[in-house]
Amino acid sequence: MKNLWKNTLTLIAKRSNSIQVLSSLLAIVFGLLFGLIVMLIVNPADAFPGFFTILTGPFQAGMRSFGNMFYRATPIIFTGLSVAFAFRTGLFNIGATGQFTIGAFIAVYIGVHWGFLGPFHWAVAIFFALVGGGLWGALPGLLKAFRNVHEVVSSIMLNYVAMYLMILLVRRTVFFGDHARSLAIQDSAELPKWFLGSIFPGSSINIGIFIAILFVAVIHIVLNKTTFGYELQSVGFNKDAAKYAGMNEKRNIVLSMLIAGAIAGAGGATFFLVGGRYLHVNAVLMPQGFTGIAVALLGLSAPIGVLLAGIFYGFLELGGLFLQGFDFTSEIIDIIIAVIIYFSALSLFLQKFVASYIKKVTETDIEISEGADIK
Amino acid sequence: MDYVIEMIDITKEFPGIKANDCVNFKLKKQEIHALLGENGAGKSTLMSVLFGLYQADEGHIRVNGNDVHIRNPNDANDLNIGMVHQHFKLVHNFTVTENIILGSEDTKYGLLTYKEAREKIKELSERYKLRVNPDAKIEDISVGQQQRVEILKMLYRQAEILIFDEPTASLTPQEIEELMKILKGLTKEGKSIVLITHKLNEIREVADRCTILRKGKSISTVEVKGTTNEELAEMMVGRKVVFELEKTKAKPKETVLQVSNLTIKEKEGNKEVVRNVNFKARRGEILCIAGIEGNGQTELIYGLVGMLPIKEGSILLNDKELSTLSIRKRSLSGVSHIPEDRQRHGLVLDFTLENNLILQNYFTSKYHHRGFLKFDTIRDNAEKMIDRFDIRSSRGPVSLARSMSGGNQQKLILGREIDRNNDLLIAVQPTRGLDVGAIEFIHQQLIDQRDQGKAVLLVSLELDEVMNLSDRILVMYEGELVGELDPSKIDEKELGLYMAGSKRGEVS
Ligand SMILES: Nc1ncnc2c1ncn2[C@@H]1O[C@H](COP(=O)(O)OP(=O)(O)OP(=O)(O)O)[C@@H](O)[C@H]1O
Ligand SMILES: [Mg+2]
Repeated sequence: MKNLWKNTLTLIAKRSNSIQVLSSLLAIVFGLLFGLIVMLIVNPADAFPGFFTILTGPFQAGMRSFGNMFYRATPIIFTGLSVAFAFRTGLFNIGATGQFTIGAFIAVYIGVHWGFLGPFHWAVAIFFALVGGGLWGALPGLLKAFRNVHEVVSSIMLNYVAMYLMILLVRRTVFFGDHARSLAIQDSAELPKWFLGSIFPGSSINIGIFIAILFVAVIHIVLNKTTFGYELQSVGFNKDAAKYAGMNEKRNIVLSMLIAGAIAGAGGATFFLVGGRYLHVNAVLMPQGFTGIAVALLGLSAPIGVLLAGIFYGFLELGGLFLQGFDFTSEIIDIIIAVIIYFSALSLFLQKFVASYIKKVTETDIEISEGADIK
Repeated sequence: MDYVIEMIDITKEFPGIKANDCVNFKLKKQEIHALLGENGAGKSTLMSVLFGLYQADEGHIRVNGNDVHIRNPNDANDLNIGMVHQHFKLVHNFTVTENIILGSEDTKYGLLTYKEAREKIKELSERYKLRVNPDAKIEDISVGQQQRVEILKMLYRQAEILIFDEPTASLTPQEIEELMKILKGLTKEGKSIVLITHKLNEIREVADRCTILRKGKSISTVEVKGTTNEELAEMMVGRKVVFELEKTKAKPKETVLQVSNLTIKEKEGNKEVVRNVNFKARRGEILCIAGIEGNGQTELIYGLVGMLPIKEGSILLNDKELSTLSIRKRSLSGVSHIPEDRQRHGLVLDFTLENNLILQNYFTSKYHHRGFLKFDTIRDNAEKMIDRFDIRSSRGPVSLARSMSGGNQQKLILGREIDRNNDLLIAVQPTRGLDVGAIEFIHQQLIDQRDQGKAVLLVSLELDEVMNLSDRILVMYEGELVGELDPSKIDEKELGLYMAGSKRGEVS
């Protein structure tokens, strides 16, 4: 038994990414444990059944809840992918929320007014949301490249600008005064379900998840297989070397932010191109962009990792919903997610921890790559 | 006998390689003990184990006769062990003072006693003639000065056992001489020193004993007095090393590079660091720009390759004006560039060896098809280059550049730039950090390039290299070219006079 464990760990030690993956899993375990402790404090009697519900949430209610899990994961996969892509190129896109918001408005506007598009309605809405999010994301990119304004500062501010702009535009163009929200989009603008409706009967799932997976695949290929990705990552890892090698750093920064913004914008569209979902005119930032940061960290800034982490997020959120059956609020889930964020942010520390443990058991040393340095 | 440090049967393995294999190393009190070995022999690793950066897999360490466990650099600090690393670990946008006190901040009522620290640093820097401005930002000072900051940092922490990992690689001959004096002075004050260096003359000058490592094993420890340079080199490489270069007389042909009236301003500020420079580099010659560090050579090269804008003048490469072109366009017009700062400019440390090898031509059709990288070609290229330039690493093409030894990182860059086969090869300090065998090899490569009709523009601070390798020498002093010399007609002393600005001649 002990030998088996040792051999497994040795195998893990030999794979280059394994340590990071393990530390992400560890962050999740810590997050869950912390949630359990909070639940024990709040309501000891229901803590264990409640915790069990979180862990098994979707399994309890069959295919319908699996459908809902993917449905909830979809926007987060987009924002997570947006943040992760920027990370890999040395940028911190904290503005995914703003880009998401812009995408959402454009999609809703087109969804309400452009019924003449017929069967192309939803696709065109997504396309323009993508373009709008991209341009919104390019702004901090331009500011960084040509005015040396740090993208974190400018994109945080642009989050607020996007929010108020959205409120203003909703009031002017697609407002339903009685409910202080946007008008309903036309049926042709709703994302279709295709065959998913019959696999996951009764759930809200739509083809948004496929679009998300498509984006994940494309970004994975761009980053890992193309000269463009090679260049973006060179700039991200070491911009002095990139400059030495004749890469156009400014252009790359703008392109990176443009693409990151476009991904988030498309996410905003997939979230709102759904019947019964409306833009509200409250001055509240949309949370998806920030959750995206967590998912990007947890997914180790790798597209595939983001996909898995996003689905895991959907899983937790669904568990949180079921939790209301007990005497808990669904905020427990937010706490768990927050703790996971903290631990994944400390991932380098966790990696060292995992590495030293593995070393103790197997006596193999491990390289830890520090990843793109994000300044 | 009293040893301050005893490292006994130290073994340290990385995936794919035993960097230290049962190594024994003993340091006497008040001695200077040199550590000699080829690139990748395991010198830095051994000292990193002593400094607590790595844990040995086997073996143990005694300090002043007591068994100790050094788990991290803080433990090492507590045992009064200090280390100047091969690649400095400085924060670029901090000042010199901030960098030195980082991690050992003295406080008074909870406030940093920055002023006192600054005074102390100033005093230390004057006492040891290190000449650094405590208020300068690291990103604005030269590699040589950064090195001195590292030395100050250690002195500031009152270390008793000082480890120097290739401290002279980036110093000028004068500075090296001063450093050697400092080292001797330090031992008189009771400090004990480990000196890693590839320069046999330095060992001869200051070291008492020398331990030789080869491929991770300790070969032997000898008294420097009773051993010749040839014997040291042979123990280190495992074969005889030729110290004389096979070099025929240059047969310069037409001009490749013509620089006229070139003036360049410093990065920030208005000072002209290169002033009205004119010269030609011809096919079939190695032209050397000599000078004391900080006299504008760095900026001159940056200006030629496009990393720094020029204020005035023209740069003609095969009659094509480069000065208005981007870095990429200049590079494609036929300029190869081995940069001065290998980790900052030459490498993406978090990329693999094979990906670093394509840094200058990943975008050419050799390496991509419709934007998709050709991984097979990249791998083939890496294997070929590893073979040709003897680039050693733990996992071959997929080793992270970060994990490679300093000299092998340098070989990677050299190979990449030489292999591009450009008309003009700019080599700045190309053999910094290389072992004697590798230097011999690289010098031969540069001569071969010359003989194949390339123009080689060499910038070097090392007089030996300048004298032995170049066919023509231009001396740079305070931003101007102050002399054109023929290495066969002058001696090092005269060259030194030009470099110090006390003699001037004509430049054609
Ligand atoms: N962190 C690491 N991970 C994997 N391999 C490593 C690591 N550090 C060093 N190595 C490998 O161990 C060997 C010894 O490296 P080391 O840096 O000690 O050499 P060195 O003697 O200092 O060489 P140089 O003169 O070039 O600086 C090299 O082959 C190197 O690739
Ligand atoms: Mg070394």
